[in-house]
Amino acid sequence: MGISTIWIYGEAANGSASSSTLELLTKARELADTVEVIVHGDAAALATELGAHGATSVQSIGDLTGGLAGPQIASAIAGAIAAGTGPDVVLCATTYDGRDIAGRLSAKLDAPVITNVVDLVADGDRLLGVEPVFGGVVNVTTGFTSDSTAIFLVRPKSFEASSTGSAAAAVGSLAAGNTGNTGTSLVKDRFVEETSGPKLDEAAVVVSGGRGLGEAEKYEMIESLAKLLKGAPGASRAVVDSGWVPYSYQVGQTGKVVKPTVYLACGISGATQHLVGMKGSANIIAINKDEEAPIFGVADLGIVGDVHKVLPKLIEALEARG
Amino acid sequence: MNIVVCVKQIPDPADPGVLDPETKTLKRDVKLILDESDSYGVEMALQLLDGSDEGEVRLVSMAPNNEVGGLRTALAMGAASAVLVSDEALAGSDSLSTAKVLVEAIKRSEPTLILTATESSDGYTGTVPVQIAELLDLPSVTFAKEITINGDTVTVKRQTEDGYDEVECPLPCVVSVTAGVVEPRYPSFKGIMAAKNKPVEELDLAGLGIDASTVGWAGARQEITEVTEAAAREAGEIIVDEGDAHERIVAFLDDLKVL
Repeated sequence: MGISTIWIYGEAANGSASSSTLELLTKARELADTVEVIVHGDAAALATELGAHGATSVQSIGDLTGGLAGPQIASAIAGAIAAGTGPDVVLCATTYDGRDIAGRLSAKLDAPVITNVVDLVADGDRLLGVEPVFGGVVNVTTGFTSDSTAIFLVRPKSFEASSTGSAAAAVGSLAAGNTGNTGTSLVKDRFVEETSGPKLDEAAVVVSGGRGLGEAEKYEMIESLAKLLKGAPGASRAVVDSGWVPYSYQVGQTGKVVKPTVYLACGISGATQHLVGMKGSANIIAINKDEEAPIFGVADLGIVGDVHKVLPKLIEALEARG
Repeated sequence: MNIVVCVKQIPDPADPGVLDPETKTLKRDVKLILDESDSYGVEMALQLLDGSDEGEVRLVSMAPNNEVGGLRTALAMGAASAVLVSDEALAGSDSLSTAKVLVEAIKRSEPTLILTATESSDGYTGTVPVQIAELLDLPSVTFAKEITINGDTVTVKRQTEDGYDEVECPLPCVVSVTAGVVEPRYPSFKGIMAAKNKPVEELDLAGLGIDASTVGWAGARQEITEVTEAAAREAGEIIVDEGDAHERIVAFLDDLKVL
């Protein structure tokens, strides 16, 4: 027995697969013999990389022609399931498009979806999802009780991607479904907000600012420090909700999960919402005025102090080292 | 045009509650408040209808025990009315069941636009907005930073990994609003007083024509197989800044060879 076929929604940019796609593949190859990646656009360009990470095949639904991935990928997968050629399990990463696909597919199939999964465990011929609750203090393992296709939304950084050096994945196509009225959203233009430095979820150093900074202008200290450490700036939910920085900066339950070598939390109290997104970091430094702040419970180096005093000196010291 | 905003009333996140060891669900014996994530959708809807006397902002919510505290907050901000679905059979509802219930409540308003948050602060599955769209056979745009209505379409700036996409979508549709993109207004005293008299229609599953076996625990078709304590992270060294804490940070970074 066991799980026969897993499909993964594959995301790519500039001809290479996203790290979350490769993470899912790395885990899925342990769990099933056949692991197929469903993409839009050029499947052949990804075949080598996906194959090396465990994909049996990569199947494209074709070009989105301006539409959104959500309804189109979900329709294609639902079509295959209706035709009896679908998978046992569908895995999507918790990304903007991954959530659209899992949600749409769930409603199409009238099948539940297990979300915020950080680990997948085989249990006979079904798969269980492990989900952290209460800021990661407790893990809840959940399985489906119905026979419908099992849909899981898996948080990025849950697994470490690794290559086996296997041969390129077979390249194929998957019939695009009929999206009807659901597919009528069209992307008219794309805007890239230029940022220097590494991406938040890939950076070796992340410097995050929280409410303790006091006002939006003080967030500049976080950006300066991130730049000096060749890292990425991040933020707590409070700072994002206040509109100081965009949502893409948010670290936490409702934001990104980061696991850098060093995480520097500045003026962040450490609500469970935040801890769940950063406590997997290799080393954590926290600066906070309140010695009772929960962030100190996960810090390797905790500084009870005022960010407005510590950060300018730290920036100066790092600048002096050039 | 009428705009429906789906809102959730949640336990105050500052008071996170506990997991009931018997039922393995969240104990919710605390007072519910408006999920802050939803205040952005309410504000966005009010701004979109600002100055228009044709159409209103209507709230749709599902909550145990006929809770209305959070709804009154959104009504005080300026929403015109609310539909609240409460039923004992809704306990244990997953995201799809929630979407099914909200959809039936939404249909009663025949809205032109349906706004939601991107995810709730407590359940945070983030799938309900598109599940609603799919069940209503509507297009959707998730993670909106900005919404502009132009006749029978909306133009949405949709958050992406490295910027945003400008997406055009015909109405009616579902749009999920990202937190922080507008500044939710504080309810005025007048607003709070007015909210007390605004209509809140309370419905149960029978009133919506929903079969109780398709929602709640039965509809979720999932079982919790295990609940375990996660490995705790060991706390490290805590020092009080005496004016030289930055040197300790530099030394720490030096040891890790990240400088």
